[in-house]
Amino acid sequence: MRVKVKELFSQLKSGLLDQNPTFVQLLGLCPTLATTTSVPNAIGMGLAATFVLTCSNGLISLLRKFIPKEVRIAGYIVIISGFVSMVQMIIKAYFPELDKSLGVFIPLIVVNCIILARAEAYASKNPVLPSLIDGVGMGLGFTVALVIIASVREVLGAGTFGGIKITPAGYEPIQMLIMPYGAFITLGFLIAAVNFIRKNSENIKKSKADSEKEASNENSVLKQESEEMEINDTDSSGIVIVNPNKDSNASDSEESVSDKKDADKSETVSEIKDDGDDKEGETDV
Amino acid sequence: MSDLFILMLNCVLVENFIFHKFLGCCPFMGVSNKPDNAIGMGLAVTFVMTLSSAVTYVVYHYILVRFNLEYLQTIAFILVIAALVQFIEMFLRKFVPALYNALGIFLPLITTNCAVLGSALLEVEKGYNFIYSVVFGLSAALGFTLAIVIFAGVRQRLELADCPKAFKGMPIALVTAGLIAMAFSGFTGMSLS
Repeated sequence: MRVKVKELFSQLKSGLLDQNPTFVQLLGLCPTLATTTSVPNAIGMGLAATFVLTCSNGLISLLRKFIPKEVRIAGYIVIISGFVSMVQMIIKAYFPELDKSLGVFIPLIVVNCIILARAEAYASKNPVLPSLIDGVGMGLGFTVALVIIASVREVLGAGTFGGIKITPAGYEPIQMLIMPYGAFITLGFLIAAVNFIRKNSENIKKSKADSEKEASNENSVLKQESEEMEINDTDSSGIVIVNPNKDSNASDSEESVSDKKDADKSETVSEIKDDGDDKEGETDV
Repeated sequence: MSDLFILMLNCVLVENFIFHKFLGCCPFMGVSNKPDNAIGMGLAVTFVMTLSSAVTYVVYHYILVRFNLEYLQTIAFILVIAALVQFIEMFLRKFVPALYNALGIFLPLITTNCAVLGSALLEVEKGYNFIYSVVFGLSAALGFTLAIVIFAGVRQRLELADCPKAFKGMPIALVTAGLIAMAFSGFTGMSLS
């Protein structure tokens, strides 16, 4: 039982981080781009999608042995659109403002690729409980991603967070970011930041493994030292800062890349660094 | 007549489905690797969207409204669209094999294209009559085609461009799409409707 709980937990985590539907799998772009003009919109959209995803995953997994293979997609769509209609009515009844600002994107949850993808790839092959957990994990991953994008856009673009003004009086909002085209650009930069962080953490893991190997060959005093160094390394990895030492460690194979190019890279990186920091803080929460 | 023309221009340029309304972004990002694919996808969407506009209008006004079933519109529309796509696929395979070979692989993808369902829902929301609905569907799809073809052309050049490693692939494509959207937003200045 204990092992099972652990498994379920890791599944939840994979939805939130490793397999994040927005930043890693790039699914469901339309609602991601359209509803992230403000944080409340993003939360509403994310939770609505989470509800639909969880329920449809559960039901599809329950019915997985009864739905004939040939018409399964149509069957999934009917199940999903049933839940979407429910959500639509609930939002219309209790959150009329949210309904107005999300508009056509609530019924469009039906054709959100994340939901159909999870139904096809996961719920149709797995028992009910893991499917439900998968739905919750993926849904929350989607919500978190939406909130991150929305907070970048809203704070920088309008100077507010959830409708409350938070920037100092002298701050001139970058209005471009809340315009439609700002959505594409913000998402592009955020995905680049996520790519960068992932690559960095992979490199760190690799170099860590290498240094552990080396350390095991030497005597215990040195081993302790290297362990301390490793701890330092991981500390610096928490805050993603381009550390020239670390880079040269990690990219032995990439030394052919000219120095100039590297410099270029670190410049652009420092540009997205702010966004990256934002993101990290929120995923930790 | 001039009303229809303005509606059309408005849908294609000013309120472009992808750059202004964010409908149909998944195929926009997914199938825009090559201009040929983009044209195929665009044509398939145009075909399906025009037909689905007509069919969903009939279904909504003569079935759902008559029996007070408006709350079923999401389910009804998605089913109608799925069935329609299936039907078009079978029809083309049987009678127009040349067209089927060109568009066939894109058709199944269209069921889950939010632009098709989105246009059906928007037509109901705006209360268009039959002709307006069909023109709206057609011109929205033309706007989609225009956007995806332009984007595919840019993206082909992008593959050879030298950009930072973290930006390779999707991120730089998104930023590019943002820049094209910015160019399109210049049309907002034209006050048409």
